[in-house]
Amino acid sequence: MSTEKTFKLDGKSIPFQDGDTIMDAALRAGEYIPHLCHNPEFAPHGSCRVCIVDVNGRHMSACTLPAAEGLEVDNSSERIMEQRRNILQMLFVEGNHVCPGCEKSGACQLQAVAYYTRMLSPHYTHFFPKRSVDASHPDIAIDFNRCILCELCVRASRDVDKKNVFSITGRGLESRLVINSASGKLGNSALSASDKAVSVCPVGAILPKHVGYDQPIGDRLYDNKPISVVGDVASANNQQENAND
Amino acid sequence: MKNIENFVSELLSATENAPELLLQDLCAIQQRYSYIPENAVEILASKLNLPAVQIYGVIDFYSFLHRKARGTFDILFSDNITDRMLGNQSLIDSLCEKLDIEPGTPRIDGRVTVSVTSCTGICDQGPALLVNGMTVSGLNEERISKIAELIEEDTPLSDWPASFFVVEDNIQRSDILLDDKIINGSAIESLQKNGSDALLEILEQSGLRGRGGAGFKTALKWRFCRDTDSDQHYVVCNADEGEPGTFKDRILLNSYADNVCEGMTLCAGIIGAKKGYIYLRGEYRYLLDDLEQTLQKRRDANLLGKNICGHEGFDFDIDIHLGAGAYICGEESSLIESLEGKRGIPRKRPPFPVTNGFCNQPTVVNNVETFVAAAKIAVFGADWYGSVGSSESTGTKLLSISGDCARPGIYEYPFGVSIEQVLEDCGAHDTQAVQVAGAAGSTVPAQEFHRSIAFEDLSTGGSFMIFNQQRDMLEMVQNFCHFFCHESCGFCTPCRVGGALMKDLVDKVMVGHATHNDLKEMENIGQIMQQNSHCGLGVTAPKPVLDTLEKFPQIYMQRLANRGFEPAFDLDAALEESRQITGRDDAEAHIEYEPLLNTAGQDES
Repeated sequence: MSTEKTFKLDGKSIPFQDGDTIMDAALRAGEYIPHLCHNPEFAPHGSCRVCIVDVNGRHMSACTLPAAEGLEVDNSSERIMEQRRNILQMLFVEGNHVCPGCEKSGACQLQAVAYYTRMLSPHYTHFFPKRSVDASHPDIAIDFNRCILCELCVRASRDVDKKNVFSITGRGLESRLVINSASGKLGNSALSASDKAVSVCPVGAILPKHVGYDQPIGDRLYDNKPISVVGDVASANNQQENAND
Repeated sequence: MKNIENFVSELLSATENAPELLLQDLCAIQQRYSYIPENAVEILASKLNLPAVQIYGVIDFYSFLHRKARGTFDILFSDNITDRMLGNQSLIDSLCEKLDIEPGTPRIDGRVTVSVTSCTGICDQGPALLVNGMTVSGLNEERISKIAELIEEDTPLSDWPASFFVVEDNIQRSDILLDDKIINGSAIESLQKNGSDALLEILEQSGLRGRGGAGFKTALKWRFCRDTDSDQHYVVCNADEGEPGTFKDRILLNSYADNVCEGMTLCAGIIGAKKGYIYLRGEYRYLLDDLEQTLQKRRDANLLGKNICGHEGFDFDIDIHLGAGAYICGEESSLIESLEGKRGIPRKRPPFPVTNGFCNQPTVVNNVETFVAAAKIAVFGADWYGSVGSSESTGTKLLSISGDCARPGIYEYPFGVSIEQVLEDCGAHDTQAVQVAGAAGSTVPAQEFHRSIAFEDLSTGGSFMIFNQQRDMLEMVQNFCHFFCHESCGFCTPCRVGGALMKDLVDKVMVGHATHNDLKEMENIGQIMQQNSHCGLGVTAPKPVLDTLEKFPQIYMQRLANRGFEPAFDLDAALEESRQITGRDDAEAHIEYEPLLNTAGQDES
C-alpha cells in the first residue's frame, strides 16, 4: 500500500507530490490561499507576499515553499490574516487604486483578496505617485496607477507570447513596469489583444479597450461569491476564452 | 557618436558578446562617458541579443550607472552616519557653493555633478568621496577648496595630488589572521599533500564559520558544493562589502590579496572549480588595478592557470567583476544575479547557491575574510585556529571601528571579546551606544557593553560604529532608514513599501510632527517587514527603528507632538507645488505651522 505524503493546512491533511509547493498542493486540494503574483501556469515568483503562511512558527510564502511531510501550516488564523491585510494595504497606498472609478471594480483580484482578508481601509499614508495611462494601443490600455508589480505580464509575454513586451526597471520604490518599444508606448510594442500577457493581469492595469463597463455592477466576477470560491481573474479569463472558442 | 559606437563594439568583441558581462560592459561605458548613451544601449541590445528595455532595467537598478551624462567629474560623497558625524554635510554644501551647483544636478557646462552615495567603506578616514569612482579620503575644507579649483581648471584626475587618494590600511590591532602571512602556494601544497577529504576535515575541526555574519560552517558549505554533481563548479569571493561601517575587506584586498586568492584556489581544488570570481564593490574600484596585478603575478608564478603548482589537471583562474552601487548585491543570490549581468534581485531559496548558483551550477560564495582564514588553516592547522576564540565561535574577527573614538581602524580580536574591552582599546569615552554589525545590526546601549562579539551573542560582519553621549541617536536611525529605502531592490511588497513608509515616519518624528500612534505604527510596519520580507534586507531593515524604540525610547518621546491628531502630511509642504507653478513665495502662500514639542517623559501618561 502506498503511503501518501501529506502536510497539515489549518489542521486538514493535504496530500502532495514531490516538487509541489504548499500553494500547488493546496490549490489541487481545493483549498484557497490568498495570492496575487502567483498563477499556477507560471513559475512561482514570491514577490507580493500575500500568500504568507505560518509554517512551524515562521512566515513563508506558500507559493515558493516546497511542501514537506509533516509541516503544520497556518493559513487562516487572525494573526496571518492581519499580516496579509497589512501587505495589501501597502499595495493599496503604493499605487493609486480608486476602486469606485475603476472599470475592473468587482472583477479585480486585489480588491477581492482585500475583501477576503477583511481589509476595511488602506490605513497607511497614501504615496499618491504620479503615474501615467498609456492608451496608445488600438486594443489595449494600460493604467500604471494600478500596477502592483506582480510581473505576471512580464512572465507571460516572455515565456508564453515570446515577445518580451513588458519589463521591470528602477529599484526600490522607484521600481516600475515599462514597455519594450522604441517610444516606450504600448502602441509601438508587439502586444496584441489575444496575448497571454493581456489576460493575466490580476488588477485593472492592463485592460482591453472597446468593452469598458460591459458587465453591470452585480454581475461581475466577485460580486456574488468571494475569491476563495471564484478563483483568479486569469483562470476566469481562460474559461471565458475556452467558452468563446 | 561614432566614437561611442567604436568604443562599445571594441568592448564587446573583447568580451566576446557574453551576456553575463553586460554589467561589466555597462560599468566600462559609464566610466568612459560618465553615462550610458542611448546608442550604446542599442549596440548592446543587438550584439547581446537582449531587449533594450532589459538593459535599461539593469542601468536603472545600479546607483552608479546613469542615463544622463554626469560630466567630466562625477563626485559622490559617502553619506554614512559616520561621514555625517565627521561633518560631510557642510563639506558637500561648501563644494556645491564653490561650484555653483545643486546636489544631484549636473552643471550646465557638463563639467561636474555632486551627489551622495551609501557608505564607501572609508569610515575610519572620512569624510570621503568618490570622484569618477576613485576614493578621496580625509576630506576637510582645505581639500574641498582644492578639489573645486582642480575641477574649475579641468585638471585630469591623474594630475590631482596623489595624497588625496591615499587610503591607509590602518590596522590598530592584529592577531593570528593578520600577523603571519602564508607563503604563496603553501595552502595549495597542503591540499595536494593531504587531499581534499583531509583538508575538509581540518577545516571542520577548526570550526571556521562564514565571516559575513551569518556564520554558516565553511567546511559544510564546501562539502555540499563539492558533492553536488556537475561539470562546472564555481568559487565566488564576496567582496561587496556594503554594510555601512564595514571596511575590513578593503585591508584584506589591499595587503592580503594573495591570501584571498590562495583561499579561493584552495576552495577550487576541493570543490573542483575551474573558475572563480571576485565580486568587487564599485566603491573599491581604486583597488582594481593592484588586484589585477596580483592575479597576473599569480598566473606568472603558476599559482593560477593550468596545472597549478605543477599538479596535472588542477586548473583554476579568477576574474574580477565590479559592482555598481547596490547594497543588495552583498546578499549571495543577488550577487550571483549581478555576476550574471542582471538586476540584483535575490533569488528564491531553496535552491541554495551551493547546488544552484552561478549559471545554475554549484557555487561557493564566501566572504573575503573567510577565504583568508581558510588558506591559513590549511597551512597552520585546525588547532592553531581552533584554540583561539569562544566555544561556538573559533578564531578571530576583524572589526571595522569608526565613530566617536580616538583610534578608529581595523582591530582583530579573538571571538568572545567584550564591547567594553573594544571601547577601551580604541579610546572611546562617554559612549552612549555601539551599532554592531552595521545598519542591519544591533543598537547596543551602555548597560549591555558586557556583551561579546561572537556568533552566540552579537554576530557581526565586522562593522562597529561608536556613538558618544552628545550624539542624537535618531540621526543614526534616520540615516539608516533612508539607506535601506534607497537600497531596497523593490521586489517584495513589505520591504519596498514598508521601508518607504518607515522612512517617512522617522522623518515625521524628526521634524516633531509625530504622535504616539505613529510610534505604534512604526513597530507594526517593522514587524510586517521582519516577518514577511523575501530576503535578509527587508528582514533587517526595520531593526534600527525597532532596537531604538525599545532601548532608546526617549529619542522618540522627546519629539512627539502633543496633539490628539496630526495630519499625515505637512500642510505647508503640500503647497510647495502650487507655489512653484504660480511662482509665489510670499507669506500668503504659506501656512504657518508650529509643532508643539514636548519635553521627554511628559507624554508617558
